[in-house]
Order: sequence, then C-alpha cells, then structure tokens
Amino acid sequence: MPFEPVILFFILGLLAGGIRSDLKIPGVLYESISIFLLIAIGLKGGIELARYPLSSIAGPATAIVLVAALIPLTTFFVLNRAGRLPRPDAASIAAHYGSVSVVTFAVAASFLARQGEAAEGYMVVFLVLLEFPALVLGVLLARRGSGETRWAHLLHEVLAGKSIVLLVGGLLIGWIAGAEGIKPLDTLFLDLFKGVLAFFLLEMGLVVASRFGDLRRAGAFLICFAVAMPVAAGLLGIITANMLGLSIGGAALLATLYASASYIAAPAAMRIAIPEANPALSIGAALGITFPFNLMIGIPLYYGLAQHLAGSTLQ
Amino acid sequence: MNTQMTARKLLTIVCEADLERLLIGLLGNIGARGYTITDARGHGAHGERDGLWPPSANIRIEVICDEALACKIASDLQERYYEGYGMIVFIVDAQVLRPDKF
Repeated sequence: MPFEPVILFFILGLLAGGIRSDLKIPGVLYESISIFLLIAIGLKGGIELARYPLSSIAGPATAIVLVAALIPLTTFFVLNRAGRLPRPDAASIAAHYGSVSVVTFAVAASFLARQGEAAEGYMVVFLVLLEFPALVLGVLLARRGSGETRWAHLLHEVLAGKSIVLLVGGLLIGWIAGAEGIKPLDTLFLDLFKGVLAFFLLEMGLVVASRFGDLRRAGAFLICFAVAMPVAAGLLGIITANMLGLSIGGAALLATLYASASYIAAPAAMRIAIPEANPALSIGAALGITFPFNLMIGIPLYYGLAQHLAGSTLQ
Repeated sequence: MNTQMTARKLLTIVCEADLERLLIGLLGNIGARGYTITDARGHGAHGERDGLWPPSANIRIEVICDEALACKIASDLQERYYEGYGMIVFIVDAQVLRPDKF
C-alpha cells in the first residue's frame, strides 16, 4: 500500500459525509482527540530531543524558520497578483499555508516509521517553531500599515492557543522526564496514538466532505494553487534539509511541514485578525484540497523526492 | 404570595464561536453584570453551522439588563462585528425577580 492505512479512515469519513450518513463525531470528542494528539506528539518529540544538545538544533532551527517565510510571501503574491484575490483573502490564505498541520506531520511520521526510515527526533521542535510566525506575517500582509490590528489579542490567541501550549508543554515534559520517566505513560500516549489518529482522520473526512461546497466558491485558480503550492513548498523543504545535512527521513518530514497548511490554529487566529477575509476560501483550500492531497499523494511524493535528491546538494 | 416582577430586556447574540473571548471582554467593559453562553447549531446566511469542528461552531450569548444597556450593547456589536462576522442580535422583554442583579 503506497500510503498509511490510517488514511483509509479519512476516506471512510469522506464517503460517510458524501452519502449524508448520520455519522457525527461530537465536537467535544474532536476537542479531546486534538488535545491527546498534541500532547502525544509533543511528548514523543521531547523524549527524542533529550538525546541531542540543544545548541546543535539552534542553527538549523533558525535557518528553517527563515526559509519558511518564503512560503507565505510567495502564497500572498501569487494569489494577490496572479490570482487577483483581494488582499485580505490572499493574506489569510498565506498565513494558513505558512503555518503547519500537526496531523499531516503525524501521518508523515508514521508513514516513515512503516518504511523503516529513521528521522531526527527533534523535528517536532521545528513543527512548533513553524506554527506561528506565518500567522503574524499574514496579518502584516493584510494590513500593510492600514487599519487597526488587535495585536495583543492575536499574539495571545496564537501563543496561548492550545496547539502551542500542548505541543510545547508535551515537549518539555518529554524532555525533562526522558524515555524512562515517560514509560508508565507509554500505553496511553504512544501505543494508542495510531488508533486515536485514525479517529481524528475519520472526523476530518466528515468535515472535509461537509466543506465541499466551499470549493465551488474557491475557483479554479485557488484549487490549482492548493495542489501546486504544497509540491513547491515540499521541494523547498527537501533542498533546505539537504543543505542542513538532515537525513532522508528528516528531509521528508521537513518537506511535509513546509507543504502542509494549518487548519487548527490558523482559522481561529485569522478569523479574529482579518475578519474581512472569507474563511470558506482559506479553509476550503487548506483543508479541502491541500490536506487530502498531502495525505494521499504528497507524503509518499516528498519521501520519494527526498530519496532521489539525497546528497545532491552540497552541504 | 405577592411576587414582584420587574421589567428588563433579554438580549441574545448568536454568533461564531471564535468571537467568544472578544465578546466577553466587550460585555465586561460595557458594564453587563452577567451573561450565559451556550453552544449553538443552526442554519442561516452562513450556511450550515453544524458545530462539527471549531470553525463551524456557533454560540448563543444571553444578557439580561436594562433597556439602555441592551441598546448600547446592540449598537456596539453592530458597529464592530456585523460587517466581518456571522452574527445576529435581538432584544425581547423579560420579567425578573431580583432587579438589583440585572
């Protein structure tokens, strides 16, 4: 099978939504599952992080965050200039694509594990670092000096939002406790991880099916963009990873991070910061097209490219 | 039993759940003495709001207060949020037992 079996749950959700099944995952369960996934991903990253000196990660982390700024900037100019999208919409979509999808990352990590491909354990640190700069950049692009922005509220929304609190919290707990200390929690957070991820993907399938109407509003240009952008960003990730000397697995994961678009942190933050942007466009593109594309085609593609391009860039 | 009822207004806001924290701040600043928030689902100009996940979730906020404050809240909401967000506000008559609370 070319992709992760958990993706079949996503497809089941899509089909159930498509045939208008009465299947519904209650909102409370969605919240609970996302809290679980964020903690578990943070913990796993923290345990791995404890194996490396922090100073060895600072350099690559800075480079990765700086290069990543190209993604929202490119997104904004392509959509605003070539796609003729209004500034607020182009900026909001730029923030979505510049930020990252935690679940896409989790699926890529289990895909690589199944292929027996090792990756640097500290990739989760990059996941955390890439989550919020693009959101701030998106608001700057939308405003460009005009209009009032509730910066204090936005920064609070992003930095005190559950994604950052739980990822960073899990990371710190895993880092402090180490693999041995976390052992009693393994059954819950590590062994059950894939089952819970399957549940989440089932829910996302239902949500995506319910948002298909948004895609009609998005228009052909945005739909093409939502497929082309992750591939271009993924390639940028592989080149960056090669220059930093990351492993093939690390390159595939960085490609996935660059290619993925946020649909948990970004929609909430953009709704408050750029109210005039139409959420149907950004969520339709990020969740309706890019997310399924990355799950089914993107992740194996980035892995293949990472293998193909390994060592081709001078370190 | 001689129950003394006093007239107040019940102001109801139905809006996107993302606005919750902003609106709580607004109600506090404007002098509302309390409010009740419930999760809400429904259908309207913004399509199906099914509450399946946060971006499609609605909330309903209810405030009991005097008429002047109810009108002030309604006009503030209209000015700040009607343009960019999905929101409806309506005011109906209410009878309360302890007017000092509202």
